[in-house]
Amino acid sequence: MTAPEYLLEAIDIVKVFGTLRANDGVTLQVAPGQIHALLGENGAGKSTLVKMLYGSLQPTSGTIKWMGNEIVIPNPNAARKLGIGMVFQHFSLFEALTVVENIALAMPGKFDLEALSKKVEFYSGEYGLPLNPRATVADLSVGERQRIEILRCLMQEPKLLILDEPTAVLTPQEAGLLFLTLRLLASEGCSVLYISHRLEEVKRLCHWATILRHGKVVASCDPREETAASLARLMVGGDIHTVRAAKAPRDGAVRFSLKNASLEADGPFAVELKNINLEVRGGEVIAIAGVAGNGQSELFDAISGERPLSNGNAILIDGASCGATGVIARRRMGAAFVPEERLGHGAVPVFPLSENVVLTRHSDDASLAEKGLLKRGKANSISARVIKTYDVRMGKADPEARSLSGGNLQKFVVGRELDRQPKVLVVNQPTWGVDAGAAATIRQALIDLARAGSAVIVISQDLDEIFELADRIAVISRGQLSEAHPAHEMTAEKIGLMMAGSHEKETPHAAHS
Amino acid sequence: MDQSLAVLLTIITAATPLLIAAMGELVVERSGVLNLGVEGMMVMGAVAGFAVAFVTGSTLLGVFAAIFAGVAMSALFGFLTLTLVANQVAAGLALTLLGLGLSGLIGESFVGQPGVKMPTLFGIDALVPFSFLLTAGVAYVLFKTKIGLVIRAVGNSHNSAHALGYRVIALRYLSVMFGGACAGLAGGYLSLAYTPQWIENMTAGRGWIALALVVFASWRPLRTLVGAYLFGAVSILGFVVQSMGLGIPSQFLSALPYLVTVIALVIISGNKRLTQANTPACLAQSFVPDR
Amino acid sequence: MRLILEKRPDRSPFFAIASPFLALLLTLIAGGLIFALRGINPLEGLYVYFVEPLTQLWSVEQLIVKATPLILIGVGLAVCYMANVWNIGAEGQLTMGAIAGSIAPVMFPEWQDPSILVVMLIMGTIGGALYGAIPGLLKTRFNANEILTSLMLVYVAGLFLDWLVRGPWRDPQGYNFPVTKTFAGWQLLPTFGGTIHLGALFALLACAALAFVMARTLIGFEIKVTGNAPRAGRFAGFSRNRMVMLCFLLSGGLAGLAGICEVASVVGKLQPQISPGYGFAAIIVAFLGRLNPLGVLFAGLLLALSYIGGEAAQVTLGISDKIAKVFQGILLFFILSCDTLILYRIKFETGRVGALKAAE
Repeated sequence: MTAPEYLLEAIDIVKVFGTLRANDGVTLQVAPGQIHALLGENGAGKSTLVKMLYGSLQPTSGTIKWMGNEIVIPNPNAARKLGIGMVFQHFSLFEALTVVENIALAMPGKFDLEALSKKVEFYSGEYGLPLNPRATVADLSVGERQRIEILRCLMQEPKLLILDEPTAVLTPQEAGLLFLTLRLLASEGCSVLYISHRLEEVKRLCHWATILRHGKVVASCDPREETAASLARLMVGGDIHTVRAAKAPRDGAVRFSLKNASLEADGPFAVELKNINLEVRGGEVIAIAGVAGNGQSELFDAISGERPLSNGNAILIDGASCGATGVIARRRMGAAFVPEERLGHGAVPVFPLSENVVLTRHSDDASLAEKGLLKRGKANSISARVIKTYDVRMGKADPEARSLSGGNLQKFVVGRELDRQPKVLVVNQPTWGVDAGAAATIRQALIDLARAGSAVIVISQDLDEIFELADRIAVISRGQLSEAHPAHEMTAEKIGLMMAGSHEKETPHAAHS
Repeated sequence: MDQSLAVLLTIITAATPLLIAAMGELVVERSGVLNLGVEGMMVMGAVAGFAVAFVTGSTLLGVFAAIFAGVAMSALFGFLTLTLVANQVAAGLALTLLGLGLSGLIGESFVGQPGVKMPTLFGIDALVPFSFLLTAGVAYVLFKTKIGLVIRAVGNSHNSAHALGYRVIALRYLSVMFGGACAGLAGGYLSLAYTPQWIENMTAGRGWIALALVVFASWRPLRTLVGAYLFGAVSILGFVVQSMGLGIPSQFLSALPYLVTVIALVIISGNKRLTQANTPACLAQSFVPDR
Repeated sequence: MRLILEKRPDRSPFFAIASPFLALLLTLIAGGLIFALRGINPLEGLYVYFVEPLTQLWSVEQLIVKATPLILIGVGLAVCYMANVWNIGAEGQLTMGAIAGSIAPVMFPEWQDPSILVVMLIMGTIGGALYGAIPGLLKTRFNANEILTSLMLVYVAGLFLDWLVRGPWRDPQGYNFPVTKTFAGWQLLPTFGGTIHLGALFALLACAALAFVMARTLIGFEIKVTGNAPRAGRFAGFSRNRMVMLCFLLSGGLAGLAGICEVASVVGKLQPQISPGYGFAAIIVAFLGRLNPLGVLFAGLLLALSYIGGEAAQVTLGISDKIAKVFQGILLFFILSCDTLILYRIKFETGRVGALKAAE
């Protein structure tokens, strides 16, 4: 009997959520020992498809075959029994528990933490994923947490390992280590299904690629034989609007500065900010690169005024000190802010867009809230203007914020601030989880704002985005900010090293390199 | 009898219902659910226990009735919050109000009737050693067994637990009903051992104190034991001081347990480090799985 | 066969309005069942309980009198709960308000002119507000759970009142009953036709004022944001601590006002029991009224009906008036259940598909 050609086949898979066809007749075939990329932009249906392969969701229709036999995967336990392991983009970890406890929860069989700890140490050494079994997850960095996820899968000797956007949270060096681990697995016969929208990585790592767009398969090819541009065109279905940026003016006045800004950690799991220095001139875009968990949210809160500093002079807007004032005062001075989380922080999910306008504009726009009375007419007209200018697509007039797609809501939240023509704009993760079209709109808008004379600060984990937008780049690591260097002097390698700081030592990869 | 022995026994009997109820709620909260209806479940346990014991003459049947009443009430709460995803705070209040009202109605014909007292061993009620066993049992299961680990995991991140394939809702139902059983039992203890009678609203806020105890103990079983006995000591203090004839009004002494609860909460909650690190992260958050 | 919730894309406007009515209907059905179990014809029981009290003027007046404190407290609690501030101690704030408002007539029983009434009302409101400020402060300063602290203080307030009326404030000519001197003349609220007192006007004004504040002002917006998305509230520059204190002062003050109004009318003096649990019933009023000041107006009347009906049922049907509390508890249960329908559709799934999906 000949070995089956494919390890896993998903044939004509359809998944419907209400009126949304997340997957529309998708066929995917993964061979044994193959590193197979699943490419597509945000919202293409990649996560939905793999959740069905892992048993977290059930297909509305379609067939799944494993090693030639048609099967049903009712839940993750069944998937694990088959030999499918999954590393989610949003980790399924328990922060209050230890590494070994987290792994124990994902493993069937007898409950013996001592024996398991030893096993963890063994696998961790074998596959180059250093971890202390007794550490509490809450104390670990994002890269270390991902290692737990991967180890958790590896210890069950999977035949197929699925990874959902794994390098989104890694430094370039950490990503390189991950690739070594994955190549090792593939050489041992384990297939890898690698979900990503990062084309350079896919070209570097993967043997085959299936490309999804709007829930359908649009292409199936060998990424090593394509260019990044051709892959991008397939992913998006046309040429992406490339961001146009005129050269940044050299001599704009300093509009925003941080001088020795420090802020204590406000909880056992927060990051302390130490002596942050930054100067941003009018007309330029400064990017702050960093992997999640290094103080970005703390920095954003310090700059926005949600957490005032003790030293008022540590933050200056157009020369005026505002370090000790609150959010409203800083907005009145001409600053605007867009936080990382659009639902729950940037906007109230259950409020309609017109009320979400009031959220950040009530204090600077006198006619929105005169003498404490709300002017709904004014709020509606601002909302309409933002929706029109930034092409926000909605299901009905004045919808609740949470019914918008990620990209459209982000356009609204950014547009709401840009509409005020702020002198200083600070954005945290401007295009996280946003489709390519909306992302391009947002990035262009940020550059346009800067060229019109404002100072723009972008905090981002996405190096591609940073290189597209930034005139100068600084790196945040463990609550400290590096100097900002001109973008053309920086490379991904350099940034990666600065992200890691001097504390991380790369473990020599186990014997197989 | 020796005065100090009498005081000790009174402390134990005051602490026992608090300990039992708190232990149940501790498990519930560890799984991520906040059941504020402890007072309602307790008082229903008290009236059910009393009624059945009175009618049948058997305190054992009374105890089972008390447990059953607690479980039934908590199942109702579970349906409301786990299946219908109602706001847990409001649902807990609803449970308390319903329990107080229903118990008043049911107990009306039992007011003033003589009670049946639980058997004792060397002057200690049978449920007292049980309460110690319960504490040890909960501590063991939570920290040394897989099911206990799963409960703690569900309370820390129900989404992660769901992603791993654990049946979050089923587990929470079990925890909630365990909590109900304990609360009902604690109530039964009140009407069958502490003051073998039925008086309307006889729990007098003990259910709420049990809730405070869980917070005070940072969700740890042994600390709950200590806390329960501290509270027992405080409530007995009233009687001791009265018998010393110091002229302090009895109402102030009766108010002591409530005031001490407030103070204890303030002390513990004010310590951010302690609360942030120990509170089950998903406490009181609703969970609806993706389909 | 499993009950499954499917999230609606938008809040259902139909159920936002229909839900309280559905809850009422279900409560009536449950009530009918209880009557049947007691051997009473359900329809007759429901008629005596809910309809008959509305047919006679004197009982309608009683309805308004009972609704007054329920609405006054309920509307304050509605605002609180909108902000996600859980004041459960309204009963204690009512008690302290009654005590504070009674200081003047107890200390100066001869004081008989309109100014004493004004003083009583102001002090009652302040007393309730200050007592409510305690759990507020404990929450903002120490992050102490306000549900537990405000509730503990209810017991403390009750015991304090008990001590006052049995001790220092006991009427020496009162035949040893634990009551103060009866209030008289200007120490009592003026009434319209003998029973409905000025408190009803306060209740109406409170509803109107808070309805305006919640719908049209920035403060109302702040309250809604803080309750719905606290992080967004901070982002907007709103201070959560300020909101917590404001809500406690407001609801405490209204509860205190309700307390002194009760004492200065229906009760006429201070005694150990001045309220049949209005502070707790007001919680149900707030939810039944969907946390909306105008809704609270109707919800308060409805809950007052449940009290009156209980008394009527006791007289006419021989069933204990404690059934009122049971009705109220059941009503809250159904309100919460039916509210689910606003955000979710309920589906029943059977068979293999159901079992598969159930494993999700």
